[in-house]
Amino acid sequence: MSKQKLLRRSGFFIMAALAMVLLSGCEQYIVLDPKGPVAEVEYRMIVISTILCAIVVIPVLAIFAYVVYRFRDKPGNNAPYAPHWDDNKVLEIIWWGVPIVIIGILGYFTARDTFALANPPKTEEPPMVIQATSMDWKWVFHYPGQDIATVNEVHMPVGKRVEFQVTADNAPMNSFWVPQLAGQTYTMPGMAMKLGIQANHAGEYFGSGANFTGAGFAHMQFKVIAEDQAKFDQWAANVKHTAPAMTRADYDKLVTTKGLADKKEYSSYPKGIFEERVMENGGDNHTGHFEHKEATKGEKSQESTNK
Amino acid sequence: MLENIKTFASTFFVTGDPMIYGADVSIVLVSLAALFVLTYFKKWGYVWREWITTVDHKKIGTMYFTAALLMLFRGGVDALLMRVQLAAPDMKLLHSEHYNEIFTTHGTIMILFMAMPFMFALFNWVVPLQIGARDVAFPFLNSVSFWLFFFGAMLFNLSFVIGGSPDAGWLSYPPLSENAFSHGPGQNFYIWGVQISGIGSLATGINFLVTILKMRAPGMKLMKMPMFTWSVLAACIIIIFAFPVLTISLALLFMDRFFGAHFFTIDGGGNPMMYVNLIWMWGHPEVYIVVLPAFGILSEVVSTFSKKSIFGYKSMVFAMMVISVVSYFTWVHHFFTMGAGADVNTFFAISTMAIAIPTGVKVFNWLFTMFRGRIEVSQPMLWVMGFIPCFVVGGATGVMLAVAPADYQYHNSYFLVAHFHQTLIGGVVFPYLAGLYYWWPKIFGFKLNDRLGKWAFWLWNIGFYVCFMPQYALGFMGMTRRLYTYGWDMGWAPLNMVSTVGAFLMGVGFLFQGWQIIHGILYAERSNATDSWGTGRSLEWSIPSPPPVYNFAVVPQVKGFDDWYLTKEEMKKPGYKAEKPQLESIHMPKNSGIPFVMGACWFLAGFGLTMETAFSWMIVPGVIGLIGVGLCMFARSFSYDTDYYIPVDEVKRTEASLGRVV
Repeated sequence: MSKQKLLRRSGFFIMAALAMVLLSGCEQYIVLDPKGPVAEVEYRMIVISTILCAIVVIPVLAIFAYVVYRFRDKPGNNAPYAPHWDDNKVLEIIWWGVPIVIIGILGYFTARDTFALANPPKTEEPPMVIQATSMDWKWVFHYPGQDIATVNEVHMPVGKRVEFQVTADNAPMNSFWVPQLAGQTYTMPGMAMKLGIQANHAGEYFGSGANFTGAGFAHMQFKVIAEDQAKFDQWAANVKHTAPAMTRADYDKLVTTKGLADKKEYSSYPKGIFEERVMENGGDNHTGHFEHKEATKGEKSQESTNK
Repeated sequence: MLENIKTFASTFFVTGDPMIYGADVSIVLVSLAALFVLTYFKKWGYVWREWITTVDHKKIGTMYFTAALLMLFRGGVDALLMRVQLAAPDMKLLHSEHYNEIFTTHGTIMILFMAMPFMFALFNWVVPLQIGARDVAFPFLNSVSFWLFFFGAMLFNLSFVIGGSPDAGWLSYPPLSENAFSHGPGQNFYIWGVQISGIGSLATGINFLVTILKMRAPGMKLMKMPMFTWSVLAACIIIIFAFPVLTISLALLFMDRFFGAHFFTIDGGGNPMMYVNLIWMWGHPEVYIVVLPAFGILSEVVSTFSKKSIFGYKSMVFAMMVISVVSYFTWVHHFFTMGAGADVNTFFAISTMAIAIPTGVKVFNWLFTMFRGRIEVSQPMLWVMGFIPCFVVGGATGVMLAVAPADYQYHNSYFLVAHFHQTLIGGVVFPYLAGLYYWWPKIFGFKLNDRLGKWAFWLWNIGFYVCFMPQYALGFMGMTRRLYTYGWDMGWAPLNMVSTVGAFLMGVGFLFQGWQIIHGILYAERSNATDSWGTGRSLEWSIPSPPPVYNFAVVPQVKGFDDWYLTKEEMKKPGYKAEKPQLESIHMPKNSGIPFVMGACWFLAGFGLTMETAFSWMIVPGVIGLIGVGLCMFARSFSYDTDYYIPVDEVKRTEASLGRVV
């Protein structure tokens, strides 16, 4: 086999292998496959920033390849050689100016979407609230509206904005991450932070703790199940009727036992335990962080923590 | 009694892991071998006189470099262990806690005990030579800095076999790093190891800032300084403002752990966010500290091997100064997702992106330095050519990360891991290696083997892309960093396997470099030639290689930028006659053993205070160490006989032996 043929053939195999690796299971690139409006905004920013960066990166790489090829020091190279040419104001203005313009454009989009995500449009109907708590090393979810609780799995209705209030209980800070629905936000002991999430398609989504918290961290993954409102209500009612109630002892056991936990559902939980634990973790020093202006009507217990 | 010793030993030493026992054995064997060799060849006196007590910046540079190389090896082994553990799902090589210790030490070692000393090695080797100085401004302090770094690093590494390693991540966020979640000495090893070496780094920053501002040869105005010296100046400015912040944050964390204070524990009224803010106020400028000298190296190498002066000198200088200021306005981008308001996030997103502007300008200037030049693809230039595409892509992903809404997805994912390795390997390690190959013949008087170097280069470069490109994809697949294991169901397995292969390629590249150095020491052709590459442009190429202890027999009178190039042009003119130099006796600092003893005392203090958590009586050596540090300062403040003069005759003899007519 001639050298050229060999090169071409090996090139083909390398390309094929690359394509196989890159294309095998496109659906696995969950960050690039948003299923709700919040994640869509984030995805759009990823695309915009990639394009804007490519506007600089691709020409630079091309110029680099050309310059290295053209001005190699080899005999017979007749490219111009100007050892004292080291200044050109016009060129310098171009490459100071173009990146400034690009960063300006990117900065505009960034500001727009950062504010948009922080201040979601007000809806007539108040958002549903789910409270997520990271512990060592498990996730506990409280549903104040339904008065049920789950461990390591969360259900939410499709097409409805859900306000997740996240905190950490007796555990280091973690990060609540559901790539296909809403990105992530940190869970901190003594603070309750908010993350608005909406799923536009029913399905099971991957969620995990993203910030390192020690030995069991790798296993802190959970499933988010988004389903029709009717199905969700049915599921909630079912939990209400069939699952055991979570006692204070059950909760304490989850908090104080360092270790993993199995999936679990509870038909009720001690009223206001989430807010109480935020306070006990030091929340009284940080009341400012636990705002709850958009509290759902009729949930007195939550509003009380605001005082 | 025997029982007591047994319980003591099992708490004192790290036990239960066969890999650790292997390490114990190899540490003991290597130490014994070193002791034997030094005794057998009667080298104790030599080592003490020529190395341990030296205040010669070139030798201190060599010691920094040796330490950095050893740390690169250790950090690299950590990396490979992690990559093996992640190569396939459900691997059983490392258990969770061991893995956590390894990634923590990998990060800390690579940044603080590999990149920093590698950088300081280059500072020490090159800066005084480039500015026509005979030493740094404070030679004694320079030696103190080195020994503080060295003993800090030793203390940190000791945690591996004694007491247990830190496992709360390389920046040790509380509350995870507080007593409640990280009990035991590991975290204290982190605090003291980093603290002691950090104080040394701060002193180095001060030292080189003063050296550059006060010790330049006559005629070298600021705007005539070589680019590398400029970059060191920029880095030193950042060091002086950033490292005190590190010192304070570690001190506060130590008070939390040791005295039960509540600076960072939320339940006592403290705030972990405070630590996160403080540590990044040091941590983000820190990456610019290591990357700015890399820019300086690139400017030198590109210009030398394109046989052309650097393009846009003024805007290069301006860009570095802008970076050193703006680097202080980026730290919040490390916690966009910790609930800061939209206004704060927007400000820090845009200020972070803004860093890309001066950085991009520098890349263009390098490209246009090559443009209309004659590019000689030597070993240093090869690494520059590896740097450019790597760093440009890494910089672009950095801008992508700076976009706050997008960062809600990238944060803590493998996308981030890929990005910072791309900027730190592509933007720091590659240029430092370029600098190493470039100045090696100046410092040691021989060049490193070309063939081995090319193997190393290609293995490193190909290995790099094979290792880190899949990690961007893994980030998009939802893989978070610091996972020690994952299941088959996630679909992360194939890319992780590819990434591991790449890591091993880089490891082999490193072995080639080790071989290259040994090969050079044994076989390379020695030469005293001043201008080793033939195209050198700055002052260091005007003196013999390796330079004599006093560097310059006569302090040069600087005419302009690229002074040695100007001199060479002058020499080509017909009728050129070198002026006869007027030799004078040379004022030099005397060696001193105090820095070494002081470092050892710091080590003892750090070790005692660290192990106090496990054994309360360890406070005794801790306090003794601190007293020793005080005594060293006392002894130094009463040393009056600290300098000497090299007589003219001796200078003449030395110069003659280097083949110079004086």
